[in-house]
Amino acid sequence: MGKIFKFHQDVDTDQIIASQYIIYPTIDEMKMHAFESLDADFASNVREGDYVVASENFGCGSSREQAPAVLKALGVKAVVAKSFARIFYRNAINIGLPVIVCKDLYDNVNAGDEMELFMKEGVVRTGGREFECTKLPEYMQGILDQGGLIASLNK
Amino acid sequence: MGMTMAEKIIAAAAGESEVKAGDIHTVELDRLMSNDGTTHLTIDMYNQLKEPRIADVNKLVWIVDHNVPCDSAKTAASHKKMRDFAKEHGIRFYEGAGVCHQVMMEKHVTSGELIFGADSHTCAYGAVGAFGTGVGCTDYLYAMVTGKSWLLVPETLRFNLKGKLNDGVYARDLILSIIGMIGANGANYMAMEFGGEGLKTLNMSDRIAVCNLCVEAGAKTALMEVDEITLEYLKAHGREPKYCFVSDGDAVFAHTYEIDLATIRPIVAKPHFVDSVVDAKECVGTHIDEAFLGSCNNGRIEDLRVGAQLIKGKKVHPLVRFLVVPASAEVYRQALSEGIIDTFMEAGAIVMNPNCSVCWGSCQGVIGENEVLISTGTRNFKGRAGHKDSFVYLASAATVTASAIKGEIATADLI
Repeated sequence: MGKIFKFHQDVDTDQIIASQYIIYPTIDEMKMHAFESLDADFASNVREGDYVVASENFGCGSSREQAPAVLKALGVKAVVAKSFARIFYRNAINIGLPVIVCKDLYDNVNAGDEMELFMKEGVVRTGGREFECTKLPEYMQGILDQGGLIASLNK
Repeated sequence: MGMTMAEKIIAAAAGESEVKAGDIHTVELDRLMSNDGTTHLTIDMYNQLKEPRIADVNKLVWIVDHNVPCDSAKTAASHKKMRDFAKEHGIRFYEGAGVCHQVMMEKHVTSGELIFGADSHTCAYGAVGAFGTGVGCTDYLYAMVTGKSWLLVPETLRFNLKGKLNDGVYARDLILSIIGMIGANGANYMAMEFGGEGLKTLNMSDRIAVCNLCVEAGAKTALMEVDEITLEYLKAHGREPKYCFVSDGDAVFAHTYEIDLATIRPIVAKPHFVDSVVDAKECVGTHIDEAFLGSCNNGRIEDLRVGAQLIKGKKVHPLVRFLVVPASAEVYRQALSEGIIDTFMEAGAIVMNPNCSVCWGSCQGVIGENEVLISTGTRNFKGRAGHKDSFVYLASAATVTASAIKGEIATADLI
């Protein structure tokens, strides 16, 4: 089980990691600034295996791959949202961070609740309830399964 | 069945006679643009590959534009990594030439190409009928190494333009109006295609401004039909089109919008979303601390002319910083030759070298806590221009310049 960190709709990539940090040399140097403008304690509170849950259009805005990368580096197991902006979605899959569409979860959980994602079954279990998720298209699940897009270059 | 412009470009790049929205195809990329926002990370990943290689170095264009000139030791390290790698591998490299998309439009992009740019506003290239789309650095690296990538064929929203914009109304007002109408995710995963008689009233600068901002509605790409204006622009820049596609009569669009350009009015997008648009008149009188005229969206010579004409013989308000940042060195030199730079400096504006400037909030000109910026930049997200508790309003070059003079949000007719 992981803890839920809950964010609203239209969370843009500048909120996930602000411009002044993305030019830092490495992801490790910038990750402690993740979600700084929305939750200054996020980076220090989040633990390996926790989840980010959000409403519609998560990750809109810039193409900065640093956005999914800092979440992955902090141990976020998956982002579960009502919908995702295109570039964030693609970037997350490419680096091996699961991004799962679940229409009903957001309105039925609170920040701090415990949940577990069962990706292959396409369900989230939390508080004795079960919520169905949209399964990833086969092509994208394949990229995740191999550990991200770059893994195929190293075969 | 008929195909859309986006489907035709992807079909050509995939070597298929027909593709349709929803298919996933492997495509050959024509061009790969990357800037200093992420290239340092691309290089780190490249160096960790078992067999690092570049499929075709001639496709790569690297541009330092986000923090130029460099503003800190950390940035200097990232820039140096990019500069050294480009030199070692013979990658075409620009530093100080301007904002990446403006440089790409001036020097590289042509009609019918399929282009990945490691920057979300790559959709600007649709102004000449090229399929430009923003990607992250992993996608970029994969394409750099293989020359190829995978692409989900997008559905298309078609915008039929008719009539013409009234005096004092600009392409910037048009695209902000459209984003307000369809919303910040109104075109998510889709292509936005523009055509119709009204398109012929928009010059290339207008077209870039419209296409560039389509990502703010979530679009994967923007595409404009190629016409005489496109071909003249390419010819003037010494380029030939690759393909001149238009959508077939029986192409399938997810939705078609009819836009009468004469109905568009001056617009302001309020903090903190680009789709939070209102009639500019509703914001008149709002306090500002800084005004910014520049960016890949609205820093071309046509935009500087609009500002210069308004401010000639007047002064920037004493409590306002007015930043004027030409989008490229070419634009800067043209502005110099027309006396425009002199006009801005005479009025008390701060004229800067071509770069992304305060539009991306990590370069010169950032704003402090509770400060307010009115900007021709691309975004007004929370904290986008500096402090997390600051405010950005988006408007046209005319409204921004008028506001710089008044010291509060003002439309050009109030000057």
